Amino acid sequence: MAEASSDFDPKEKVHGDPIELPHIQCGAMAGTMPFKAAPGHMQPLGFPGELVEDWHDKAIARLGELLDGNKALRVYLDSCVKCGACTDKCHYFLGTSDPKNMPVARQDLLRKVYRRHFTFAGKYFPSLVGAEDLTKEVLDDWYSYFHQCSECRRCSVFCPYGIDTAEITMAGRDILDTIGVGSKYTNEIIGKVFTVGNNLGLPPKALKATLEGLEEELEEETGLPIKLPLDVKGADILLVTPSADFFASPHMEGLMGYAKVFHEAGVSWTLSTHAAEAANFGMFIGSTENMQKISLRIRDAAKDLGVKRLVFGECGHAWRVAYSFLDTLAGPFDFLDPNYPIPQHIVEFTYDMIQRGKLRFDKSKNDAFRLTFHDSCNVARASRMGDEPGGQFELPRAVLRAVCNYYFDMAPETIRDQTFCCGGGGGLLSDDIMDVRVKGAMPRMRALKDVAEENGVTHMAAICAICKAQFSKVLPQYGFDREAIVSVHQMVSNAIILTGSVQAKELEESGHE
Amino acid sequence: MSGYQVNGGVVEHDEEGYLTDIGQWTKDVADIIAKAENIDMTDEHWEVVNFLRDYYDEYQIAPAVRILVKEMTKKYGKEKGDQKALYALFPYGPAKQACKIAGLPKPTGCV
Repeated sequence: MAEASSDFDPKEKVHGDPIELPHIQCGAMAGTMPFKAAPGHMQPLGFPGELVEDWHDKAIARLGELLDGNKALRVYLDSCVKCGACTDKCHYFLGTSDPKNMPVARQDLLRKVYRRHFTFAGKYFPSLVGAEDLTKEVLDDWYSYFHQCSECRRCSVFCPYGIDTAEITMAGRDILDTIGVGSKYTNEIIGKVFTVGNNLGLPPKALKATLEGLEEELEEETGLPIKLPLDVKGADILLVTPSADFFASPHMEGLMGYAKVFHEAGVSWTLSTHAAEAANFGMFIGSTENMQKISLRIRDAAKDLGVKRLVFGECGHAWRVAYSFLDTLAGPFDFLDPNYPIPQHIVEFTYDMIQRGKLRFDKSKNDAFRLTFHDSCNVARASRMGDEPGGQFELPRAVLRAVCNYYFDMAPETIRDQTFCCGGGGGLLSDDIMDVRVKGAMPRMRALKDVAEENGVTHMAAICAICKAQFSKVLPQYGFDREAIVSVHQMVSNAIILTGSVQAKELEESGHE
Repeated sequence: MSGYQVNGGVVEHDEEGYLTDIGQWTKDVADIIAKAENIDMTDEHWEVVNFLRDYYDEYQIAPAVRILVKEMTKKYGKEKGDQKALYALFPYGPAKQACKIAGLPKPTGCV
């Protein structure tokens, strides 16, 4: 397996300013790229199986279509003045030192071709305006560097023109897919959603068995018949959550937390085998068609089960798609109960229950955890929670503070709207580009190291399946414990005192009540 | 496609070393894959691999890490059956690396 390259020792790199400017190393990451998708992973998504013969003309034509369909993209490509505000804002640039990972340089890989074919000056005086032809070398650079951007949009926060860099990466990947060059990781997974119903490829029988196993565990732990219902028609709430919640740790511990909260709230809820996936990798590859196809599964499940509410589990980009695009892609959701947010985030649900005094916690159950919170990029910069601006930052922290005694924020320039990507977002959570993932995690690891040393922080909570999986992999490389990454609802699960549970009786007997 | 050399024959694998045809798996193949992963197969490794294969037969997917941990705890007690012990056996992760040795497809998604 590819580890970080030999001149990069994460344990050496873990100390330092998270936003320290690196010494530039030209071409440091050239040729680094994820495996390409096989024809069998491309065709089900509507793409050619391999690089088409007339790829140049097809690529330019596709860029033209994207420009016609998305005026914002043209503005983003036109308006950059090379001010440099974005250069040092990207975790991949900070970690890899490769100047093509400066957001402005990565965008220019597409911008120079745009200028050549779609601007007057670029058509007639290309060398004067930095316009270039789309050569095979440029195409290779696209594949390599558009897969060293996690579409996290941190650079966009600092762009005085508001250029949304993620849109440019998405356009680049869309064009590549259109001419038959796709990433195996993302495209194989989208195919599994269409055939099996989720990213993991978890068949209904396995999902059912997994949920039954968790019910047994929850009953053993609490003495209560806590359910994880599946495909229950007429339930009030459909929970759509990343399939990693049915498989990986600490994801699954978060799922157990949702089940406890729903149990205590006394609501009827269900999961769905048809929509056993919140994630929507269609967004990562910039494909509206695939994004819509995946989103419609959620609508179909909600209609079929006759639910009144839609709640999303801990998945970062799923919440972006749900909060920002779901209604456009798969709406209207006028058949749901308008008295509740459509859709609602599980953190909003739990926060609301806490505000209404419906949940009881013994914070001391989490005393072995000195916590910080990693804002996931898509939640932080592309969505909101609750009724107030900034709710997406406040609500998860409020939930954590309600369930634990020790909470500390990381450095302000690394959290909230300025949060760093985990290093594995945007479809880059692939083992074959571990080098990119490890290096891209450096700023976050440095910020974590600071609070670990200053405040004794032992664990970092997150509300994104990608973040959790990425940190499980890279934390040990930077000298942290693998299990230092936790789910927010795992912390809820640890501390919640359910009515009539073993824990409630213990608490009463010990006289704390 | 490249392959593992096993008893004079070639067993195909994908770019990441997972078998392309799970039907070609044998214990000898597992030993060869383990060697490529720098793992010396002990009884405990086999216990995990066999459990994964049985689970896959039943459910067409590998078990969740938590299910695996539970099973190993049942067999070996808390000390030797927790997640840390599983990572000690399979440093790249009990789900992916053990699946590879067991000849099963790689778990995909946010895992």
